[in-house]
Amino acid sequence: MSTKLKEVDVVIVGMGWTGGILAKELSETGLSVLALERGDFKTTADDYSLPNIRDELRYTIRQELMQNASRDTLSARNNPSQEALPMRRLGSFLPGEGVGGSAIHWSGGTWRWTDMDFKIRSMYEDRYGKKFIPEDMTIQDWGITYAELEPYYDKFEKVAGVSGKAGNLNGKTQTGGNPFEGSRKNEYPLPPLKTILSAKIFEEVASNQGYHPFPRPSANASQAYTNPDGANFGACQYCGYCQRFGCESNAKGGPQMTVIPIAMKKPNFELRLNTWVTKINKDSNGKKVTGVTYTNLKTGEEFIQPAALVLMCAFAFNNVHLMLLSKIGTPYDPVTGKGLIGKNYAYDTGVGAEMFFEDKHFNPFINAGGTNTVIDDFHANWNFDRSAPGFVGGYIISAGHNTNLPIGYRPVPKGTPMWGSKWKEETAKWYQTAMGISTRSGVLPHRHNYYDLDPTYKNAFGQPLMRLTFDYHENELKMDTHGAGIINQMVKALNPTKFSNAVATKRSWNTVPYQSTHSTGGTIMGTSPANSVVNKYQQSWDCPNLFILGASVFVHNSAYQPTGLVGALAYWTADAIKNKYLKNPDILIS
Amino acid sequence: MPNSTNDRRGFLKGALVGTSVAMTTGVSTQALAADKAQAMTSNTDSQGYIFFNLEEQEWIERLVNHMIPADKLSPKGTDLGVHFYIDRALAGGWGKGDRLYQSGPWKKGLSTQGYQLPLTPANLYKVSIEQSNLFCQKKYGNKFSKITTAQTEEFLLDLKDGKVSFPDGPPAQVFFSMLYQNVMEGMFSDPIYGGNKDKAAWKMIGFPGAVATHAQNVEKYFNKPYKAPIFGIGDLS
Repeated sequence: MSTKLKEVDVVIVGMGWTGGILAKELSETGLSVLALERGDFKTTADDYSLPNIRDELRYTIRQELMQNASRDTLSARNNPSQEALPMRRLGSFLPGEGVGGSAIHWSGGTWRWTDMDFKIRSMYEDRYGKKFIPEDMTIQDWGITYAELEPYYDKFEKVAGVSGKAGNLNGKTQTGGNPFEGSRKNEYPLPPLKTILSAKIFEEVASNQGYHPFPRPSANASQAYTNPDGANFGACQYCGYCQRFGCESNAKGGPQMTVIPIAMKKPNFELRLNTWVTKINKDSNGKKVTGVTYTNLKTGEEFIQPAALVLMCAFAFNNVHLMLLSKIGTPYDPVTGKGLIGKNYAYDTGVGAEMFFEDKHFNPFINAGGTNTVIDDFHANWNFDRSAPGFVGGYIISAGHNTNLPIGYRPVPKGTPMWGSKWKEETAKWYQTAMGISTRSGVLPHRHNYYDLDPTYKNAFGQPLMRLTFDYHENELKMDTHGAGIINQMVKALNPTKFSNAVATKRSWNTVPYQSTHSTGGTIMGTSPANSVVNKYQQSWDCPNLFILGASVFVHNSAYQPTGLVGALAYWTADAIKNKYLKNPDILIS
Repeated sequence: MPNSTNDRRGFLKGALVGTSVAMTTGVSTQALAADKAQAMTSNTDSQGYIFFNLEEQEWIERLVNHMIPADKLSPKGTDLGVHFYIDRALAGGWGKGDRLYQSGPWKKGLSTQGYQLPLTPANLYKVSIEQSNLFCQKKYGNKFSKITTAQTEEFLLDLKDGKVSFPDGPPAQVFFSMLYQNVMEGMFSDPIYGGNKDKAAWKMIGFPGAVATHAQNVEKYFNKPYKAPIFGIGDLS
């Protein structure tokens, strides 16, 4: 028997970047705002603190900050003809759990996606013709523009403490930045991080080959910083424990040390920890949501929490899972192409080369999450002609070290034995003298890459697991092949003692090794209820008092990491709710 | 300098959290460790098995000493405590299936679908050690801990390459990949977990461990070998 609670104005499901931003922005309007979070609230002072945070086994290998697969996981398969089996341990992607979400353990990569993404179908059709886009590639324009988002990118960069160098200030190209980025009104709030040796080597070889290297924009504070809301950041200590770890210096921007503590000072804001939302409730005609049902994980009791406005701010695939479990909208059917919930799952792909230099000392333990140098010549550079390589989208290339700890990172040349004295000798010789160069590309959506509910396996609440059907297709192979060619020219020019070239291979997605936590799509954004789950304000077409925030609204994935866009869209949606929706609580565009 | 654990913890918090001016210059890890070394008068850690039975103890000692022989680079596996690391890991939450989705039905699956056995890591070790002894008995006339060095090398290579099959048991290659990962963990994780004794594996590769700050070291050691003391969590706690 569940207990019905008193209605609140706003309920927020999940307390990562999007939930935190909306919590702060909406609690400032005086509305009663309730946030529900599965995990607990770890703090910098007690949890992300020295010396215990410097523990590779606990955080990287045993995944202490991540979603616990024993309670809820996904089932996975490569195509609809296979039987999906549960990911009994998380591997390929690692969503965070607890206040701060995945922004506790991210590396901080913060990018501004451009109109080349938001107008993907129309731009490619205009330039290359309709037939250039494969029939099974379900890309579409997003219905939003870079110009609309520019002030919100700026806001997010300032809140998260992003270090970087502008490449395009008010239309003028800037030396040292990314010349292919969208026009910015302002510089980054903080100067770039220091350049480590591997990033410097890449910078030189890329420049020599005519490309345009720049430091990766990252929410790692290059110096002590106070953001516009008054949140204080320490300077990055280049400790070498960034990705998968909380930051003891408060140098890595995250909602747990910025927006959430500000919201918590408001008497009209409440954060309920250890609460697991199992369902979004609808009214009898399905035109509005009425709140959520959740379980208190400390007692096992179930509650119904009514709310006038519901904001879904969980990790991307958990948002999609809740939509499917709550039966809001029509599930996507890959056979007919009809239905929208679960459509357009996308991910990352990439290739890399490894190089060994007898005479260099990379000190791979001295770095930050963002100590990479990058080139964008094959992604946001629209002048790069895709007609010969024949792919849609593109890739960035980067080099630099980030969190290269010795249980997981021990590069040795090919042919080295896996144990014994020879293995030890090679491990000792090359640990500090190796560097890689790699590409990253967004996977573009394909009609057979999608989410639905698993018919067999259940989570701890007796609900079906989410089933993910995903594989790489021809477009990914073409990007990887082109990228490998560019990288291998750089390897040749650098003339390392030993190396392994980048090799593109036709392969199936493997759930086991970590690849990236950039899972996008499933509740996509678009221009009409016929082609999308949410409009450009991340508002559900079906139920106007439901907003779905985060990377599940992405129509496809890009070569850029998602968080810059996730943060900008959160501020954009917060403004739309405050300035438009609250005055007239209805669908914001028709 | 602070002189009790509580004082030290307070000092660490005050010095290292967030916005203090100290963050721009960093805090001396050496000073913290020197203080800790002074505070410790004797090492009272006791070592011993809490998971493996006698037969399994012979097996795991043979394994870690074959994979990590004593040479000029490091002491052998048991002298590094790698066997104790694995023993403790299997006795603890991870070995008993923490964070492992354990509901059926169980299907073999494809290699891209990852671990699909109905066994916790602790169970997988038990049955695989037993099965490997039976396999070695049949092929070499002796259990694993009694075969020759050359036979051990051949057996482990075959196990890695999928050429060993356990007639009544789990896929041998799945066991190998868990075993190998655990040996690497025992060698390269913080000594606080029982392996990597005296930080010998970190010394071997020049990994400095739990350093508080490298902010000044980006320039100081740019393309130069890093030379500074190595710290574990225990040195700084």
